[in-house]
Amino acid sequence: MSQHFPVLIVLLPLTAALLSPFFSLMHKQAGKWIAIAALFGAFLCSAGLLLQVTADGGQTIHYWMGNWMPPLGIEFVVDPINAVIVTMITFVALCTAIYSTPFLKKSNWLYMGGYYTLMALLCVGLSGMTLTGDVFNLYVYLEIASLSGYGLIALGGNKGTLAAFRYLLIGTIGASLYLLAIGFMYSMTGSLNMADLSVLLQDKMDSPLIIMALALLIAAFGIKMALFPFHGWQPDSYTYSHPGAAPLISGAMSKVPAYAMLRFFFYLFGAQHLFVQHGLTVIGILGAIGIILGSVMAIAQDDFRRMLAYSSVAQIGYIAVGLAIGSLYGLIGAILHIVNHAFMKGSLFMVIGGVQYRFGEVRISKLGQIGKKMPFTVFTLCVAALGMIGIPPTGGFFSKWYIMLGAMQTQQYIYVAVLVLSSLLNAVYFFRVLENVFINPDPGLKEINPPAGKLELPLQMLIPIIVFGIGILALGFCNEAIVDGIIKLGLPEVFLR
Amino acid sequence: MSDASTLDVINQFLATKGIYSLVLILLFLGLYGMIVSNNYMKKMMAMNVMQVAVIFFYLCFAQKEGGMIPILNGITTDPNLYINPLPHALMLTAIVVSLGTTGVAIALLMRIKETYGSVEEDDVLRRADK
Repeated sequence: MSQHFPVLIVLLPLTAALLSPFFSLMHKQAGKWIAIAALFGAFLCSAGLLLQVTADGGQTIHYWMGNWMPPLGIEFVVDPINAVIVTMITFVALCTAIYSTPFLKKSNWLYMGGYYTLMALLCVGLSGMTLTGDVFNLYVYLEIASLSGYGLIALGGNKGTLAAFRYLLIGTIGASLYLLAIGFMYSMTGSLNMADLSVLLQDKMDSPLIIMALALLIAAFGIKMALFPFHGWQPDSYTYSHPGAAPLISGAMSKVPAYAMLRFFFYLFGAQHLFVQHGLTVIGILGAIGIILGSVMAIAQDDFRRMLAYSSVAQIGYIAVGLAIGSLYGLIGAILHIVNHAFMKGSLFMVIGGVQYRFGEVRISKLGQIGKKMPFTVFTLCVAALGMIGIPPTGGFFSKWYIMLGAMQTQQYIYVAVLVLSSLLNAVYFFRVLENVFINPDPGLKEINPPAGKLELPLQMLIPIIVFGIGILALGFCNEAIVDGIIKLGLPEVFLR
Repeated sequence: MSDASTLDVINQFLATKGIYSLVLILLFLGLYGMIVSNNYMKKMMAMNVMQVAVIFFYLCFAQKEGGMIPILNGITTDPNLYINPLPHALMLTAIVVSLGTTGVAIALLMRIKETYGSVEEDDVLRRADK
């Protein structure tokens, strides 16, 4: 049983996604529960996998689909780093699925079944992208994740439809460029398996085709992860997506392409090659510009969700800068930030979703004295905001610290300056939120969904919010265990510097 | 340079890189159409043109002169005589994905038309801002 964990992570939600509409037709709640149960099963499998790969000083599990040997067959490769990322994805997906139940109370069976189909498919796509060891398989999972993501964004209403369509156009360009890039690599080597490719490509790394493939990969993953010049789709999509699905979309969807980029540049090509180093420099410059631009744009927004979306552009920049630094600490920081940011951004979207559910309000200027009505939600808001700024002991501090340490050690002081400046800008826009919440007078918001009992929100929403709030603190306190016990076991053999 | 050698250069180019340059033109035609056209339906069709260009690229490099269809016919098992079937199989998947993307795009476009009464980008954006 336990040797089938890698495929079960993908298979369970996929089965549930296909069954969900039919079960919803039989009983309205059944489709929901089957999806949640499958996501829970996927989470258990990924946690079990994490325990397996971190045992005995780290090991790599290869799972051959249908027992076809690679490079002919498709394989799933699980090392400590993607095990921790897939655990994060399934956990965020599980919490988001539970969290979104109150939003769907009044919907009919088709909406309910369709919603959970898309949710489970998004989880399938993202975990598949993380686990797969085959470049074309990654394309298929990328498209599964993207298509279900378009659906979830479009469920957010009329503006969501428009945002989803615009994202679809841009996202398809990204996917096509990725397909072109792996076409170049395939035409040179005749292989699609990542481990095989990394061996076959080593003596061809100065060929013009590889330069082209690198450029296309930067553009493709840049579009999918909303790196600076390609981030145009992101603010609208995050703002108008379905409020229940927003934590998963914002938390996990743009992090997985960042991890795929790490995998291509450091594991598949290897950072010792000149053009890979140039490519990483480009990524770093784009990330640094994105950090500043995203933070400045976030200050100008009044819609809380749009502010978070621009702040995501900045936080993706941190990951990009961590990759570009490319030293031991830079990579640790980037990977830690992928996990941390998923929790921080997910929890912030959960908080604003909760406020939207109860009061129908998302503007920052209308959040005055909301802490008196929703104390637990505001606790998570504070923790997540402090994490985004990077104040210890939250997780956000440590990932920024590692990235900064990496930049210091490799004498790239421009990145240090960018990181410090951006922390200050982060403080500006998050303290503006906290000021509005704690100091401004009560604007007298109308209750759309007044709480039934003593609780500020329905229990299904409150538990994920609190779990995420505590999770951010836990990631901070346990950062040493995560770095030493998990991330360091799976780092690439060759660093940039 | 004599006429004959110019012709040789052109022939050489068309024989080795001609089809790829056509594919490249098709790809950029699609991208250009997505950027400049104002109509969302046209944008979507340009997107399809771009996807087809990528599919053509795969089919072009899978091509081999004198290759046989990849079936075991009892005459030979020499891999050099067969055409590599893998790019075609991959593109079958890519075509299905492209079909799915187009389906989602059309569904969204119908919703946009219902809501905003237009699929022209400037009209839609003006009405969305209201």
